[in-house]
Amino acid sequence: MNLDELTLKEQLNGLKDSSFSSVELTEVYLKRINQLDASINSYITVTEDSALEQAKESDKRYKRNEPLLLDGIPIAHKDIFCTEDVLTTCGSKMLSNFKAPYSSTVVSKFKNDGIVMLGKTNMDEFAMGSSNETSYFGPVKNPWNLEYVPGGSSGGSAACVSARLASAATATDTGGSIRQPAALCGLTGIKPTYGRVSRYGMIAFASSLDQGGVLTRTAEDAALMMNTMSGHDHRDSTSLNVEVPDYSKAIEEDISGLRIGLPKEFFEQDMPDYIRNATEDAIKVYKDLGAEFQEISFPNIGLSLPVYYVLAPAECSANLSRYDGVRYGYRCENPKNLEDLYMRTRDEGFGPEVKRRILIGTYALSAGYYDAYYLKAQKCRRLVANDFTEAFKSVDVILSPTTPGTSFKTGEKTSDPIEMYLQDIFTIPANLAGLPGISFPCGQNNNLPIGLQLVGNSLQEGKLLMAAHKFQQVTDWHKEMPNL
Amino acid sequence: MSLSDKELQEIAYLARINIDKKNFPDLKAELDQILSLFNKLNLADTDNVEAMSHPLNLSQPTRKDEVTETNEREKMQGNAPLVQSGLFLVPKVIEGDN
Repeated sequence: MNLDELTLKEQLNGLKDSSFSSVELTEVYLKRINQLDASINSYITVTEDSALEQAKESDKRYKRNEPLLLDGIPIAHKDIFCTEDVLTTCGSKMLSNFKAPYSSTVVSKFKNDGIVMLGKTNMDEFAMGSSNETSYFGPVKNPWNLEYVPGGSSGGSAACVSARLASAATATDTGGSIRQPAALCGLTGIKPTYGRVSRYGMIAFASSLDQGGVLTRTAEDAALMMNTMSGHDHRDSTSLNVEVPDYSKAIEEDISGLRIGLPKEFFEQDMPDYIRNATEDAIKVYKDLGAEFQEISFPNIGLSLPVYYVLAPAECSANLSRYDGVRYGYRCENPKNLEDLYMRTRDEGFGPEVKRRILIGTYALSAGYYDAYYLKAQKCRRLVANDFTEAFKSVDVILSPTTPGTSFKTGEKTSDPIEMYLQDIFTIPANLAGLPGISFPCGQNNNLPIGLQLVGNSLQEGKLLMAAHKFQQVTDWHKEMPNL
Repeated sequence: MSLSDKELQEIAYLARINIDKKNFPDLKAELDQILSLFNKLNLADTDNVEAMSHPLNLSQPTRKDEVTETNEREKMQGNAPLVQSGLFLVPKVIEGDN
C-alpha cells in the first residue's frame, strides 16, 4: 500500500515500528504535491525545506526512542494560523506579503508534538466564503471532480487531505467552514466547542464565532489531532480553563443507549432525495448500533441565517479595521494623503465578498441601525441557543445532513450571495450557540461525497468523535478516495 | 428596504473603503438582497430576551501586572510598508508651508 493511503493513526504506528521513516513519508507527500497540486491549488505556500528538516529531526527522536505524540506526521495548516517567519496570507491580497512575526498557539502545539509542517493551505479570503472561490490565490478544486468546488472557507485544507497531499490539516469554522468542506470532500471535520481551542494567532474574522479544528480522513485521526490542539491558553482570554479528556480513549466508549435527536425543522428544509436517503440510511446504522432516536424541535432555527449575517459581518467590520496599510500588509501606490491611503488600500487589498461583509457590518453597527439589526440579532441569537439548551435536556447529540446538497460547480453560485450563504444553513446554528459539531461521510451521489452532521452539548467533543468512530467501524464511506 | 446612493456613500466612508461610483448599482442590489434577509428577525418576539454577545458566560480572567512579553519593535515592524527610525511613515497629516 502507498504510504499516503494510510490514515494518520496507521502512519503513526508505521513510524513507531520503523516500517518507514518520517523523511520517507514526508517525501511521498512532497512528491504528490509537486505532481498534483497545480490542478487542485490547495496550497498557498509549500515549506519543502523546513518540512524535510523537521522530518529528519523526528527520525532522530524515533532512533533515540523518544518520540513525541504525533512525531513525524506531515500535516498542513490553514493559512489563517500565524506561522513565525512563514507567509501567512489569510487568502487575501491584503496579507499577500505578510510573514507572521510569531506562531499561533495551535501551530506551536503541533510543532511541540513533533508534526512536520508541509505548508499553508488555500482558503476563502479572511475565511469568508463557502466554496473557496474568494481566495486572492485562485479557487481550489474538489479532488473528487476538478470542475467542482471543495467547499469553504477551509477548502484548501479539505482538498489537500482528500487528495492525500497531507495526512491531516488544521482548519477554522465560523459558520460551517470546517464541516461544509468536510462534507463536500468526503472527510471527517470537527469544530470544537467555542473556547476549546486557542484563537491566539488565528486571524480573526468574527471573534464570538470563530473556532479552530481539524480535517482528517477518520474520526480516530481527528481524536489524535484534537488531543494535541485542545486546551487552555493564557494568551486567549476566551479560552476555556477546563480539563481536556483523552479523545483517543473517549472514542472507544459504548454507543448503546446514545440518545440522538432529529430536529424536525431541519428535515422540513428543501433538499434533494439523495441527501434525505443518505441521512435515513445513517439513522438505520445508528439504530443497529443501539442508539435511541427522538424527534426534537427547533422553533427558532429559521432565525439562524439572518442572525449570522448580521453578527458575523458586524464583528468582521470591527476586526478588519486593522488593515489600514500602515503597520503591515498591502499599501496602495502613491497615496495623496492619509485618508486616500486608507481608502484605496482597503479597496485594492480586499476582494468583493470581504468588502460586501464589511459594508453590511458597518451598516448594522451604525447609528440608527444598531438596535434594529445588531442588538435584535444578538437577542435572536439567544433564542437559537435556547433551542439547543432545551433539546439537550432529552438528547445527547443532534443529527442532520451537513449541507443541503453535494458539491457544486465552480462559478455556479458566485453571482448570488444568498444562494451561497444557504450552504451553511445546517451548520451555522452550532456556531451561534458555541457548540461542537462534526461532519463525516455517509454516502455519495454521482461520485460526490455526502456528509452527516452531529452536534453535541458544550465540551462533548468526545461523544461526537465516539459516535463518528462507531459509524466508521461499520461503514466504508470514509475509506473512499478520489481518483487522481 | 433599499439603500440610497447617499447611504452607501456614507457606509463606505465609515468603513474607509473607496468605492467607484460605477459599481454602486450592482453593489446596492447585492446589499439590498442581504438586508432583506434580515427582515425575518423582526418576526421574532424578543421582549425580555437578553442579548447574547458571546457563547460563553464567563468573566474576563485577570493576571498579575507583570511584564510577560519583551519589546520586539524591529521584528514587529518588519512587515510595515514604510518605516524610518522605528516610526511608521504615512503621508503628511499636518499642513505646512511646503
